[in-house]
Amino acid sequence: MNVETKAAVVFEHVSKAFGPKQVLRDVSFEVPSGQALCILGRSGTGKSVTLKLLISLLKPDQGKIWIEQDEITRLNEADLSKVRRKMGFLFQDAALFDSFSLYDNLALPLQRLTDKTREEIDSVVTKVLGQVGLAGDKAKMPAALSGGMRKRAGLARALVLEPKILLADEPSSGLDRITASEIDELLLRQKTEHQTTVIVVTHDVHGARRVGDRFAVFDKGDLIAYGTSSEIERSEHETARKLIMEH
Amino acid sequence: MIVDLLRPPLEIAQVVRQLSEAGSKSLPLVIASGFALGTVMTFHTRSTLVTFGAGALIPAVQSLAFFVEIGPLVAGLLLAGRVGSGIGAVLANMRATEQIDSIESLSIDSFKFLVVPRVVACVIALPLLTLFMDFSGLLGGFLSEFASSRISFHLYVTRAFEDLGWSNFIPPTLKTAVFGFIIGTVSSFFGYTTNEGAHGVGKAATNSVVVSSLLIILADVILIKCIFFAFPENAL
Repeated sequence: MNVETKAAVVFEHVSKAFGPKQVLRDVSFEVPSGQALCILGRSGTGKSVTLKLLISLLKPDQGKIWIEQDEITRLNEADLSKVRRKMGFLFQDAALFDSFSLYDNLALPLQRLTDKTREEIDSVVTKVLGQVGLAGDKAKMPAALSGGMRKRAGLARALVLEPKILLADEPSSGLDRITASEIDELLLRQKTEHQTTVIVVTHDVHGARRVGDRFAVFDKGDLIAYGTSSEIERSEHETARKLIMEH
Repeated sequence: MIVDLLRPPLEIAQVVRQLSEAGSKSLPLVIASGFALGTVMTFHTRSTLVTFGAGALIPAVQSLAFFVEIGPLVAGLLLAGRVGSGIGAVLANMRATEQIDSIESLSIDSFKFLVVPRVVACVIALPLLTLFMDFSGLLGGFLSEFASSRISFHLYVTRAFEDLGWSNFIPPTLKTAVFGFIIGTVSSFFGYTTNEGAHGVGKAATNSVVVSSLLIILADVILIKCIFFAFPENAL
């Protein structure tokens, strides 16, 4: 693998099993810096596990994972922490801290990981919440937010440290078409305006085609197709062709 | 745990937050229980002691029983129920809803951020709550005795404390710091390590209470032996 190329993320022969269940089998792909990869596949095919491996919440059984110049499977916690600071993660259910207000959810990483003053933190939180349309809701607790608002709040928290790589786990699941489209728009804007590398796990083909430059299709732990939408449409795998087709 | 506690950033805000959860919010329960136990205990001991002409010993029996054993143990068990179940359920819920993963993804050490402050708060809160339990038990005992014999508050307090040494008071109160450590660590363990989703939340809460309570009772036996070893006059 040549890490001199401008790949933001490289998966190299990665395998992962939970007990007897093989979740990922010898998966390799790379995502060029500033591009968006959408990961498609049926439920339980290892898509979310791929994201968790990327941010090292899980460790692979075999293979290497590169985040820019760092091979993260070999890093200790301190070095891993530095790599994680380059990344933002939007969890499937947003995973906001339910005992913290929306403001505190966003302020926490800034307080812990930067030298910003209280006024600077205030300004950053207000700006990021404004970007996702939640500037007026910063005093609310997560329980008081609707599903769409929680997703946007989760996205705001993922963006608050200005990550170079944004990972999003089913950002539009459980949302109506309009709200899902708003989330897609935010991801797209992050990619185009900030040159952030975006990796999205999704079942929403419409949104994926809008955001993604490349697509990875998983089936039963195997990466069965990888490439642009037109390349996937010509894939030899019927599952891949079906998954990329808009209904 | 100690290394994590002392490694910057110090989690002072989190410790204060957890002290409020474990400490001040448990105060009404502890005071009410102590008061009721003190009242009931006087009811039970009074008839026996008066029969043998030892009615004047009621305050001393009450204070000795509360400061040496009832206060520390009951406070520990009450807190194992209220705080232990809370810690177990909250952490398990955070695990199930990926909140702990999200803390890790933000480069924040979730163990240091979530577990250490809870354990520290329990260690600090238990001895303080035990004092409230002891004194509310004594107050309940006084009111019960006052209703029966019209004893003055001054005389009750004098009799309650005349035979009570520091060694009857300080070691049993401080031993509850160990109970706090047990509650904090056991409950955090069950909550933090669960991986059974929503089902794991209830299971973590139940296991936290059951195991903490059992370990507190076991630790009490061992600590009493240690106190007797260090202060032999207490064993007499």
